[in-house]
Amino acid sequence: MTSARRGNPVLLGSAGLAGLLLLLELLPRLGLVDERFLPPTSRIASALADEVSTAVFWQSLGDTLYAWAAGLLIAVVAGVLAGLVIGSVPVLRALTASTVEFLRPIPSVALIPLAVLLYGTDLGSTLLLVCYASFWQVLVQVLYGVADVDPVAEETARSFRFSAWGRVRYVLWPTALPYVFTGFRLAASVALVLAITAELVIGSPGLGKDIATAQASDAVPTMYALIVVTGALGVIINLLTRTGERRLLAWHQSVRGEVAV
Amino acid sequence: MDILKKAGLAIALPIVLFAGWFWLSDGSENFYSPPLRTILTAFGDTWTLERLRTDVAPSLLRLLAGFLLAALIGIGLGVAIGLNRRLRAVLEPVLEFFRAIPPPVLVPVIMLFAGIGDGMKVIVIVFGCIWPILLNTVEGVRATDSVVLDTARAYGVTGPARLTRVILPSASPQIAAGLRQALSIAIILMVISEMFASSNGLGFTIVQFQRSFAIPEMWSGIILLGLLGFALSLLFRLAERWALRWYEGLRAAQRRAG
Repeated sequence: MTSARRGNPVLLGSAGLAGLLLLLELLPRLGLVDERFLPPTSRIASALADEVSTAVFWQSLGDTLYAWAAGLLIAVVAGVLAGLVIGSVPVLRALTASTVEFLRPIPSVALIPLAVLLYGTDLGSTLLLVCYASFWQVLVQVLYGVADVDPVAEETARSFRFSAWGRVRYVLWPTALPYVFTGFRLAASVALVLAITAELVIGSPGLGKDIATAQASDAVPTMYALIVVTGALGVIINLLTRTGERRLLAWHQSVRGEVAV
Repeated sequence: MDILKKAGLAIALPIVLFAGWFWLSDGSENFYSPPLRTILTAFGDTWTLERLRTDVAPSLLRLLAGFLLAALIGIGLGVAIGLNRRLRAVLEPVLEFFRAIPPPVLVPVIMLFAGIGDGMKVIVIVFGCIWPILLNTVEGVRATDSVVLDTARAYGVTGPARLTRVILPSASPQIAAGLRQALSIAIILMVISEMFASSNGLGFTIVQFQRSFAIPEMWSGIILLGLLGFALSLLFRLAERWALRWYEGLRAAQRRAG
């Protein structure tokens, strides 16, 4: 990297963030944007500080994270199991291909009315949407992963009379694992989006509901503060999944890189 | 024969599922899951040409306007940011943050500025789906092969020709990936923005059905949305395959050689 000569990226990045905050402070102060619509950064920050000191905020944050984690867990387990089974049986793969291709692009928000009827404003309706949206991300990646198995490795395992379980454990799983992680990473951010969306639109408990409440009661700085929280959550989830992927797959070819022969 | 077998495999499961739903739900007394027969009748009665014109067409127009605007702005800004290393370093964290905000929370914010008209919905769609396009364009432009760039410079390809002949084509597979992500976000935002505040549109109509407990009509709306999502992604894939056919060919040739 030539970062030393070109300026430190961390420093430049912080400058960018600081510039954004300053811009958002100045725009309303100078009267370029109506203060009722976009309060200055300092007012949003103080609203955020007020929020953080209430128990309600932490309760909502907990609700959102719980719906996110539970939905993601269900989707990942179901997606990996279904992907491994469908992917390793060619007939199943051929049979389900068209159905998967049809169901996957169905926008998950189409299920909102159904979720409301089935679960009302409970956690259940959030979970339904989160699971549906993240399941496909995982399933499709696992299917790619299973298709990527090296035929030589597969045949070697067969000639050494590996049991079916042994082939899954020692051939299929290591090949599919990086794809599983990619699926997990994609699903983790989709799950957050859907959790917040469900809370916002349906009104199930969580940060999204609080945003809708703040908007309805004209508490504009609070609304912005909560939106900043959701953005920060998204950034943290991205960072964690990316770092976790690198750590856990450090042994794998895709992360280790090609070794010169 | 082979094609016949493939087609058979492709339609077998959908037929079984459809028939299964039809047969199992026939005579269903459950209020929430009416017989498929009723839903299909409701589908025909509900989505008449008149309805398509007053509710589906405005939704689709807003979707199209928002998506195209986002693509224009996203690719334009993305090229500018991708070409300038310093600018990229300054803006990267800001862009990452904006991308991480779940797009639907923008609806209440933009409602403050733009009211609840068509403008609001288009702006919501633009704001929500610009980030994957922008970030993918930046990545694609950045990853332009340096040998190609140097060769172009040596041959005196500069200015607009450098942009349209060298940089944009080389970034286009990545840009297409961004556009594909953006399309599914755009559909979600189209529905959400109408569910929030609207007097017409697909999302509005479906929520109205749900609130008035018109269950078969609601199901028919869900099915229509599903079909729409499927059709749009199919259209996009066809367009992508046509626009990037050189790239697919290149990849196939590389795979054969490799």
